[in-house]
Amino acid sequence: MTEQNPGFSTLAVHAGAAPDAATGARATPIYQTTSFVFDDVDHAASLFGLQAFGNIYSRIGNPTCAVLEERVAALEGGTAALAVASGHAAEFLVFHTILQPGDEFIASRKLYGGSINQFNHSYKNFDWHVVWADGEDPASFEKAITPKTKAIFIESIANPGGLIMDIAGIAAVAHKAGIPLIVDNTMATPYLIRPFEHGADVVVHSATKFLGGHGNSIGGLIVDGGRFDWMKSGRYPMLSQPRPEYGGMVLGETFGDFAFAIACRVLGLRDLGPALSPFNAFMIITGIETLPLRMQKHSDNALAVAKHLQAHPAVEWVSYPGLPGDKYHDLAKRYSPKGAGAVFTFGLKGGYEAGVKFVSNLKLLSHLANIGDTRSLVIHPASTTHRQLTPEQLRSAGAGPEVVRLSIGIEDAADIIADIDEALASI
Amino acid sequence: MRAMSDTPAPLARHDAYPDDLIRTILRSTKSIALVGASSNPARPSWIVLKYLKERGYRMVAVNPGLAGGTILDVPVVASLKDLAEPVDMVEIFRNSEAAGPITDEALALPWKPKVIWMQLSVRNDAAAERAEAAGVQVVMNRCPKIEYGRLSGEIGWQGINSRILSSKKPVLSTKGVQKLTIAPRGPGRG
Repeated sequence: MTEQNPGFSTLAVHAGAAPDAATGARATPIYQTTSFVFDDVDHAASLFGLQAFGNIYSRIGNPTCAVLEERVAALEGGTAALAVASGHAAEFLVFHTILQPGDEFIASRKLYGGSINQFNHSYKNFDWHVVWADGEDPASFEKAITPKTKAIFIESIANPGGLIMDIAGIAAVAHKAGIPLIVDNTMATPYLIRPFEHGADVVVHSATKFLGGHGNSIGGLIVDGGRFDWMKSGRYPMLSQPRPEYGGMVLGETFGDFAFAIACRVLGLRDLGPALSPFNAFMIITGIETLPLRMQKHSDNALAVAKHLQAHPAVEWVSYPGLPGDKYHDLAKRYSPKGAGAVFTFGLKGGYEAGVKFVSNLKLLSHLANIGDTRSLVIHPASTTHRQLTPEQLRSAGAGPEVVRLSIGIEDAADIIADIDEALASI
Repeated sequence: MRAMSDTPAPLARHDAYPDDLIRTILRSTKSIALVGASSNPARPSWIVLKYLKERGYRMVAVNPGLAGGTILDVPVVASLKDLAEPVDMVEIFRNSEAAGPITDEALALPWKPKVIWMQLSVRNDAAAERAEAAGVQVVMNRCPKIEYGRLSGEIGWQGINSRILSSKKPVLSTKGVQKLTIAPRGPGRG
């Protein structure tokens, strides 16, 4: 199996997970240990000096987490990955590696509300500045670029509306400016969209969602696309300058096309500490083995539910790129031909009150703040995930008062539709 | 990092190498002269020298500025013609242009190396053609440490995509717990 390019489903089951070298265990063992013994003093020095491959301490790396990393790197078509405690931690470590105090990055306004908060508020403490652009218009990113701009950030399929971004168009803007494009691929997963194939340089994930897929474990991933030249401009000193903590090593020179992932690990994860638990890594690895099956079922079910809602008298509009005639249908056909994912929004004619009643009436769908579970989920963003945003921000994020977000699970579509119909009948 | 030497016809056969070819080279090679060795532990050439030495290769370092001394107990000579005995592989840790004359120096020796290996980011197609015409195998733009780590499975411990799937367990080195080798995988081994 070494000389051909294995298919996606084969990688989902096998990548990164040979039998355990010491015991022959075929499933990936949970290495629930903080630390690893060294072969000798010289071996320890080699590991601490980044001169040998190996394990030191589970905050920096762990063999169970490493299987998850290699698995997701393979599925995305990247050179390397880093598993971290959450999707938020993944974003934080990426920007910590890219930005210096005073720097700017450009982000699409169409993002997960948690990311909007992180960028708008927490990052100010680091003197990192987000500049918002219109995700539907690559030219708006170009207009926002200043001499301080170090990166562009988008979601492949944007939360909560399920909008498809023109990844290649925005990548072209980034590369013209000599900066990397970071894509949050949580909603699509590499089964539906592989952002590196469209020009992305770094991919981040909340593995909590579809990768893990069962709503049981928080986790995040950073994937290195391996193509961005971090040395060329001198504007990314974490990679291009000698690092005092590693004896003057230049990470971008020493680690070639996986230097970004290494820098996130040995400068970010090591010093800031948001490590993933090996147990959570095991749960997410197990989830990924069925990712292709689940994502297809999620997408097929979501399309069936969206079509049904489109014809329902209580529903004002449905925003799902899988629907013919949707504003993003052409982009969906181009970027996500197997399906448009599980998550979408619709608007109730009854507005805010109808939204609150609808989520209360549901018996099969669960009212909670997550997406990407085997179970169908529902939330009314204006009263929950997006309530910290101003009315104007709510509108621009696609989370107005009448908006309901669904994350369609892998139950039988008929049962999901029946529950929705019953709840809509009494709003 | 990616500067390539100018040649009229790039050798497409050097754009990618089958894993089996790299594995065969790394298994059959016993001795390596590393041209462009550094005594600075922060430099990639020092790290690669140390890694290959730990994997059991007989190493010789080539650096005119450090000739007569040692790096990591490895003897240093000024140039390839000062080697006391033949080596299986010459590894070139210099830029792509310098790889040309170093290749010619290797080909002019009274013995020939079996392999000329140019480090990651080093590629000189014209030199490769001369070496291949003289019956010497050439690998370019690859790091032997990365390739060894990839084929053994060690590189996955750092989350790096080895691009290798296997239902056979990797083989532990007899010299330590946290070392894997490129010995054949399979039942009854390791």
